[in-house]
Order: sequence, then C-alpha cells, then structure tokens
Amino acid sequence: MAKKNQVKRPAASSKFEELMTGTTVFNVPLPADLKTLKGMSPIVIRQPYNIDYIHSYGQDSPFFAGLSNKKLLGTKCPKCDYTWATPRLACTRCGGETDWVELPQTGRVHTFTTCYFGGEEFLKETPFHLVLVEFDGVDTLFLSRLLGPEQPEDIKIGMKIKAKFRRNSQLKPTDVYFVPAE
Amino acid sequence: MRPVYMVSGGVSKFAKARPDATFQKIVKESFDYAMNDVPKLKHSMIDGSVVSYFSDHFTRQLMAGIMAVDYLGLCPKPNKRIEGGGATGGLCFQAGWEAVASGRMNVCAAFGFETMSHVPTWKGNEFIALASDVNFDYPVGGFYSGYYAMMVNRHMHEFGTTVEQLAMVSVKNHMNAYGNPYAQKRRKLTIADVRNSAMVAYPLTLLDICVMSDGAATCILADEETAFKLTDHPVKITGVGTGTDMMRMSDRPHGEVLLAPNEKKSDYGNLKYPGVHSFRAGRSAGLQAYRMAGITDPLKQIDFVELHDAYTSSEIQTYEDLALCKYGDGGKFVEAGYPFMPQIDYGMKLPKKGTLPVNPSGGLIACGHPVGATGLMQAVFAFWQIQGSIKKHYGSPELQLKKANRGLIHSHAGTGTYVTVSIMERGW
Repeated sequence: MAKKNQVKRPAASSKFEELMTGTTVFNVPLPADLKTLKGMSPIVIRQPYNIDYIHSYGQDSPFFAGLSNKKLLGTKCPKCDYTWATPRLACTRCGGETDWVELPQTGRVHTFTTCYFGGEEFLKETPFHLVLVEFDGVDTLFLSRLLGPEQPEDIKIGMKIKAKFRRNSQLKPTDVYFVPAE
Repeated sequence: MRPVYMVSGGVSKFAKARPDATFQKIVKESFDYAMNDVPKLKHSMIDGSVVSYFSDHFTRQLMAGIMAVDYLGLCPKPNKRIEGGGATGGLCFQAGWEAVASGRMNVCAAFGFETMSHVPTWKGNEFIALASDVNFDYPVGGFYSGYYAMMVNRHMHEFGTTVEQLAMVSVKNHMNAYGNPYAQKRRKLTIADVRNSAMVAYPLTLLDICVMSDGAATCILADEETAFKLTDHPVKITGVGTGTDMMRMSDRPHGEVLLAPNEKKSDYGNLKYPGVHSFRAGRSAGLQAYRMAGITDPLKQIDFVELHDAYTSSEIQTYEDLALCKYGDGGKFVEAGYPFMPQIDYGMKLPKKGTLPVNPSGGLIACGHPVGATGLMQAVFAFWQIQGSIKKHYGSPELQLKKANRGLIHSHAGTGTYVTVSIMERGW
C-alpha cells in the first residue's frame, strides 16, 4: 500500500526501447503458392556502415592550432577590414584573401538554446547549451557551447561570457567553450 | 522562355516508415497517381525527367535517382538528380520548369523521394546535421532543431515573438491536416498541448518540429500547347525565384533589409538584417518570384501559401521573408488569424481569420517531411487547390478554398541556405 510521505521514485517504463540488435537467421519460410507472395510482409535486416574518414581541416587548420595553444583565432580582410569570428581565408565581401588575427576571449551571448535531444553522436551529452557569441570589433559570430548555467532561463541574450579551453586539446572546435564572465 | 504549366500531380501516403516498399516503388505510387489523373497523357509523351532526393546517407545507395528513373521506364530519356538540402524538392520543381521553359522538353516529369525510416530518429538527426559546416558547426553539437531554436530565440529578442504564437502555427497545421488523407500526423491540438510536449531545443517542443517520413511526390509539367491538349484545367507557373545564404549562421551579415515593393527603408529603423533572425534567401527568392509574376502586394494578390514549416518558428519567419507582413510582425500575423483557413474550427478566437491561408494541406509539421519529396508535395497540394479538385483527391471538400486562383509554394534548406519560391496560377 502506498503511504504518505513516501520518497518519490522514478516510474517504471511503459514502453520497450527500440533495439538495433537482433537474432541471426539463415532461412525464412516461403509459401508454396507464389500468388500469395505480394502479400508477404517485408524482410528487414540490420545493415552496418562504419567509416573512418581522413579529414583535413585544410586552410582552416591554424584555427585548431590556435585552440590547442589557448588562442581564439579569426580572420580579417586587409582590403575591407571585415573581421570574421569564424575564420575563412577568402573574404566573401571583396574576394580578397584574409589574414589570421587573434580574437578577444570575452564576448556576449548573441543567441542561445538548450538541446535536450540531438544527433546520435551528441545524445549522451544532452542537455547542453549552444550559443552564438558576439565580440566587440568583430563583424560575425562564433558557435560554441556555454557551460555553467543550469537552465535555459539562466541564460540571457547580451550576457557577458568568456572563453575557456580544454587542457588536453582534441583538435575539435569544442576545445574552446564559454562560461559566464561575471 | 516559354510559359510552363503543371498538368498533373501525385503523392504517396506519407508515413513514419514504409518497410513494405523500396524507394523506387514509393516513387512509382506517386508517378502512377499523376499519370492516372491525366488519362490523355501517354507515357511515350514524356520527354524526360528530373529526380530529387536529399541524402545518400538515408538511402545508403548512390545514384538512387537513376534507379527511380529506370523503375518508371523513363530510360533512355534525359534525367538528372537535383539536391539542395531541405529545398531539394522545390529545386527539382524549378529544374522541371527550366526544362520546359527552355524548350528542351515539352513534357517533363519531376519527382522526388526520401526514405528516412532506414535509420533510427537520432541517427537521422545526425545525418541531417552533417548539412552544417563539419569543421566548425557540426562538432559543437550538430542538431538542426538547436540551430533553429537559436534563430527563434533571437527573433523573440528582436521582435517580442512568443512561444504561444509558435504553438498557434502547430495547432493550425495539425488541424488542417485532419482533412488531408495523405498527411502523416492528423491531430487536434491546443496551444497547451504544444507547450506541454517534450522540450527538444529550448523553446521548441516536439510539436513545434516536423518528423521523419518516408514518401514521394511527382509533378508533370508541360508547355502551353501540350498542357491544354492534356487537361482543361492546367495550372500556370508564373514566377520562380531561388535565394541562397551562407551555410554558417555565424557568418550571416548584419546589414540592411532587402526591401519588398510594399516596404520602405524607414519601416526598419536600425534593424540589423538578416542576422540570425531572418532568412535572406527566402526574401531574395520571394522578390524574384514576385517580380516575375507581377506581384507587388503579396497579402492581397496571393490566395494561399504552402510554405516550409519544418519548425513553427520558420513558418513565422517566412511570413516576414515573403512580405506577407513586415519583419517582426510574424507572431502578430498568426495571432490575428490571417494564415488560418476560414472554414475550419480551431477552437480559438481569431479576429482576421482566413485572410491568407498558409499550409492548408497541413504543411511539413503534419504531412511529414520526406525531404526530397517535400517541395514537390507542396506543388501537388497547391495544384489540387487551384484546380478546385481537393474533394476528388482528399475525398472531402473540407479543405477546398473558395478562392484559390493564385498560390505560392516555398521550399527551404538548412537554416535558410537555399530557398525556392514558385507562383502557381489558374491557367484556364
């Protein structure tokens, strides 16, 4: 019998999780009458597909070298002065080649979200916050994670945030992340 | 350029999963539907085709396009595959238009499909997120719902748009789909249902977001002479526009609004445009199509719109891009009731109900979003609406608009990178 003041416990699941495992089968039945085949239910099999790519960051590589040295690098067009927070070697405004510059390590939240679900690769990390960061004197934004606030309601557009770096670089854009600056 | 008409269309029933059929058979269902709807069109009269599907990852079959073409018996005639993310279907429709407008073909079949059920939902989200920069964006936590959620949070910040306004779009489109037998999700919802469903990416809930689907759609396009030989009720394509924008949202400029004919610079003060709150590609595509079709006041000159509501937020943003209202007024536009259908009871009070119905079919949110088919599906639903043949195809006249002489269809790819707008009009 349920009693008052009972400790709240998680409810038992009402649904089995879909599994991608199965049983090895070497044969299925086939009816003798071929006229019935169009009514046959489909055969569904598991088909694995795994690849390791040889991915080059190409001309973007210095950005990742910067992260592993705790520097945030953007690019600046020497002709039109436009500064890209997310670097690109070609200026799309004038077609010129940009130069690498160091970005400030403090900025503001331009916009944000909290992801409670995600692509399979990131599902285990949910919930997490994504932010687009704006920097003084820089014309474009930068996508990053925001750590620290617990709930989306704790994040405000315009709030000051600062960059932090992983100690052991993974050579991924998540080598940098942001936390509230004050 | 020659005038181009749509003479027929067909769709498969959109479903979460179609394990009973491969993509070729699903395409053939939509193709056969279209062929059967114009008995005078013989298979031999088709001069060639264009085919669209978004992701080789979902099919795990390269050159799936030609396999659909050969299944339909359209070899050795011309064909090419069209792809551009979420706008794949809209781009395919316009590629069919180009084939006929240029004189290369008199009759062109444009068909598209997607079979997204071949992987679990979260793997599917991972595939879709690969349509973001894999150096800078995908590895940070690639998730399209997250990207659109960031955009709408900025839209709310700039313009005061509310989550209840977003939820109204979901209620509207799910309710419209109730009368569409091809739709995947036919549900009667309230604003509270939308807000109380699972949070996916703040502030977007499960019911603010479209789902994965298996499905196909076919449009048959023809030149003027052939069109009137085939049917008494062809629909003329009077405007096409295609806009683009930078893949990384972070790179989008913060400049001046691309003004529509019914807007002036002073309407926008210091608004930085498009930033991440608006889709410049949608505005660009709309302006091109309006110019071609001679539209200067879209709210008055268009009778209905089928637009790409992968998210309730993007429907509201698209009202603004298409200049149905000013930038910033999208939330108020739905709140006032403009995009609802006049004949449907939505269980809420709407002062301007039904002035310009948007997504009378139920849109992507309720019909489903089999990506390569979606833009073509919109064309088929718009075609039936303009023909006045909704009763014939849906089995009930409930969703037939009284005035449907001119419709707009709008297809949109990842965070607004490709957007197509096409104008379709009564051709007889």
